[in-house]
Amino acid sequence: KEKRGPGRKARKQRGAEVELARFLPPEPESGRKKLSSHGRRRAAKRRLGAGGGPAARRPLGGGGRGGGEGEREPTGQTARGRSGFSDSNSKWLAPAKAKKTQPKGNHVELSSDGEVEEGWEMEEEEDGSSEEEMVDDYGASSSEEEELLPIEKAALKQKPDREGLSEDDSEEEEEEEEEEAEEASKQKMGQKEEEGPDLQLNLDIDEQFKLPTSEEIEKEDILFISEPPDLHVIHQRIQGNMEVLQDFGAKREEGRSRQEYLALLRRDMAAYYSYSDFLLTKLMDIFPLPELVNFLEANEVPRPVTIRTNTLKTRRRDLAQALINRGVNLDPLGKWSKTGLVIYDSTVPIGATPEYLAGHYMLQGASSLLPVMALAPQENEHILDMCCAPGGKTSYIAQLMKNTGMILANDSSAERLRSVVGNLHRLGVTNAVVSNCDGRQFPKVLGGFDRVLLDAPCSGTGVISKDPAVKTNKDEKDILRCAHLQKELILSAIDSVNAASETGGYIVYCTCSIMVEENEWVVDYALKKRNVRLVPTGLDFGKEGFTRFKDRRFHPSLKCTRRFYPHTHNMDGFFIAKFKKFSNAIPQAQKDEEPAVEVAAPSTVPDTIVTEPPPKKKKLEASKADKEQKLPQPALKKKHSLQAQRRPLKA
Amino acid sequence: IGENIQLLVDRPDGTYCFRLHRDRVYYLSEKLLKLAASVPRESLVAPGTCFGKFTKSQKFRLSVTALDFLAPYAKYKVWVKPGSEQSFLYGNHVLKSGLGRITESTAQYQGVVVYSMADVPLGFGVAAKSTQECRKVDPLAIVVFHQADVGEYVRNEDTLT
Repeated sequence: KEKRGPGRKARKQRGAEVELARFLPPEPESGRKKLSSHGRRRAAKRRLGAGGGPAARRPLGGGGRGGGEGEREPTGQTARGRSGFSDSNSKWLAPAKAKKTQPKGNHVELSSDGEVEEGWEMEEEEDGSSEEEMVDDYGASSSEEEELLPIEKAALKQKPDREGLSEDDSEEEEEEEEEEAEEASKQKMGQKEEEGPDLQLNLDIDEQFKLPTSEEIEKEDILFISEPPDLHVIHQRIQGNMEVLQDFGAKREEGRSRQEYLALLRRDMAAYYSYSDFLLTKLMDIFPLPELVNFLEANEVPRPVTIRTNTLKTRRRDLAQALINRGVNLDPLGKWSKTGLVIYDSTVPIGATPEYLAGHYMLQGASSLLPVMALAPQENEHILDMCCAPGGKTSYIAQLMKNTGMILANDSSAERLRSVVGNLHRLGVTNAVVSNCDGRQFPKVLGGFDRVLLDAPCSGTGVISKDPAVKTNKDEKDILRCAHLQKELILSAIDSVNAASETGGYIVYCTCSIMVEENEWVVDYALKKRNVRLVPTGLDFGKEGFTRFKDRRFHPSLKCTRRFYPHTHNMDGFFIAKFKKFSNAIPQAQKDEEPAVEVAAPSTVPDTIVTEPPPKKKKLEASKADKEQKLPQPALKKKHSLQAQRRPLKA
Repeated sequence: IGENIQLLVDRPDGTYCFRLHRDRVYYLSEKLLKLAASVPRESLVAPGTCFGKFTKSQKFRLSVTALDFLAPYAKYKVWVKPGSEQSFLYGNHVLKSGLGRITESTAQYQGVVVYSMADVPLGFGVAAKSTQECRKVDPLAIVVFHQADVGEYVRNEDTLT
C-alpha cells in the first residue's frame, strides 16, 4: 500500500493562496495572457526546477488548448507534472515512466471525452483554474512525459479503496478521468491493473465503462451496507454509464451486454435519487436516457409557487399590484393563462395575506389550470367535477362560468371536502353544490351534465417533487389499482354526460401522473367502451400522448392528448385528455329504452376515428368478460347494470 | 342589514332561498336547489353558500362565509385602520384606537360589518358602543366585538363545514 502523504485534499482545502506561497513569489509572467495562480505556479516551477523547457511546453499547451480539452488535473497536480515533484508529495508520488507513451496516445481521445466531464470537474476543483491554464498543464505534462495519465496513476496509487473513502475531490477527478479514459481506450485497464491489488476496488467503479462483474457488484453491495454509498462516485458512474449507452457501439466493452449496463445504471440511479427499482424501470421505459436524468433532477427541486386570480372578485392586474405592495415578487404565468401568476419570493406568507382571505386568489399549481382550460366551461351549463378536492379546479370552473349555471362538486373523501367548502366559500362561488359520493355512483345519483371534469386519483408520479415518498412506496399493485379505479371512474363520467347537450358533451380526464398505465391505457379503454372520441384539448403546448408503448398499441387519436413534465414545462407532471361524447345519450330515461336499445344493432357506425366496437350485445358481453378479467370488484355488478342502462343510442 | 333582506331573496337572476340542512342555513338559488335535491341527503355537504348555523341552544350564529352577500347591503359599517386590521383578522376585538370610521347612529349591540380602509370586508361584529359613546370613550376600550372574520378561513378551515 502506498504511503499516503498529507493528502491532496488537505492541501486543497488550505486554498490556492497557500500553495502559491509555497511555490513562488507572485510574479507576473511575461508574454502570457492572463496568468492565474496556476500559471504563476508553473512559472515558479520553471524557475525552480529543470524538467522540459518552457518552450517545449508552450506549443503543446497551445495545441492542447486549441483542442478545448478539459483539464483533469487538479491544480495541485501541476507540480507533480514535473519529473521532480517539487511539492510536499514528492515522497510518495513517483511518475510512472512506463506509461508515458500511452497517455500521449490517449491525449486526443481524452480531450474529446473530456467535454462532458469538464464542467463538472471544474466545479469539483476548488481552485478555479481557467481552462487555458489547465490546458497548459496538460500539454506540459505530456511533453514531459508526465502525462495526465501518470498523474492519474499516481493518484490512483494513493487510493486504496475508493468506495470506502469519504468524498475526495481528487479521487473523483481521477475516477472521472479514468472513466473517460476507459471509454476512450481499454489500455487503462491494463495500466490500472498494474497498480496492484490495492486498486481492486477502484476497478469496480471505473468499470462502468467496464461493467463490474456480478461479484464486484456484490462487493459493492456489501460496502454499501457497511458504509454509506459514496454519492459522488455513483453520480460519476451514472454519467459515464450514460455516455457509454448513448454511443454503445463504440464505447461498449466486449462481452458485456446492454442489459448489464442498464442494470447497473438502474441500480445507481435508484441509489442516487432514492427511487425504488420498480419505479425507475417504469421511468426508463417512458423516457430516453438523457431526459430521464433531467426528469429525476427536476423532481428533486420543487416547482415554483403559482396562484390563480379569482376573477369573480378582482382582476389580475389589481391583484398583482396589491401583492407587490405587500412585498411579493411575482410575474404573470405565461401567455397561455390570463389568470395565473407565479410567485418568486415573498416577504409575507402567500397563504395568509388579506387578499387571500378575501378570496382574491387561490394557491394552485400551474398544471391544474390546464384541464379546466381544456374543459372550457360555458355559462349556464351543468358541470360535474368528480374528485374535486381541494377545490382549485372547481373554483376555476365557477369563475369561468361567472357563477352562472351549476356545478356539482363531488369528492369521495369527507375530510378533503371540508377544504373544498372552505375554498368555495372564500372565493365567493355561489353556483356550486358539494357532495360526498363515490364517483362511480355518478350517473345514478345525477346525470345529464353538459361537461364533466375527472381529475382521477392517481399514483402521483408527476408530483414527486411535492411528495418524495412516492419514489419508494409505489409498486405494480398500486399502479394497477389506480388504473382500475380510473377506468371505472371514467366510464361513470362518460355516462354522466349528456351527449345531446347543445353546448357541451365533453369530458376531460386528467391525472397528475406520468405512467402510461394510468393515462393512455385508461383513455384507450374508454374509447373502446363508450361512444366517445378524443378531441384536441386546445392546449397548444405540451408533449403529445403516446400512441404506442412497449407492446401496447393505442388508438391513433391519442395524439390529441397532452403530457406535461416537470423538466420540460416546469410544472407538475400531468396528463390531459378531452373526449367528446358523440352519440345521443339520454340519462336516466335510458332505463325505459333498454330493450329497444339492446336489440337494435348499430347500423351506422359513427364516422369517427374511434375503433369501432362490435354491436352492442357483443360489447356488453365483451365488457363483461373484460371485467371478469380485471380485479373483481363489487362495483363490477353495478357497472354492468349501469352499462345496460346507459347504452347510448347510436346517432 | 334590516329590510335589505328582500334584496337577497329576490335577485334579478332568479329567486334565491334559504334552506336548512343539518343545522346550517344555506343560501342558494332555486335552480341550484333543484339540483341539490337530487343528491342523497347523507352525501350532500354544502348546497350553495352557508350563511350560519344554529347552535345547540338554537341560537343563530352568522358565519363569515356569508360576508360577501351581506356586505353590500350592510347598513351599519365600521372601518378599521390598517394597523389593527391584522389584529381583527386574528380574532381580536376592535379597540377605539383602531377604529377608522363608523356609520352614524349605530346603536349599541348592533350588528355591523367590519371593513378595512380599502373597503375590503373583513368580517362581522357587534357594536359595543353606540356612535356617540364611541366618541367619548378612551382609546383602549373595545368598540366592536369580534364575531366572524375572514381570517377564519385559515384558522378554522375544518369547522367552516
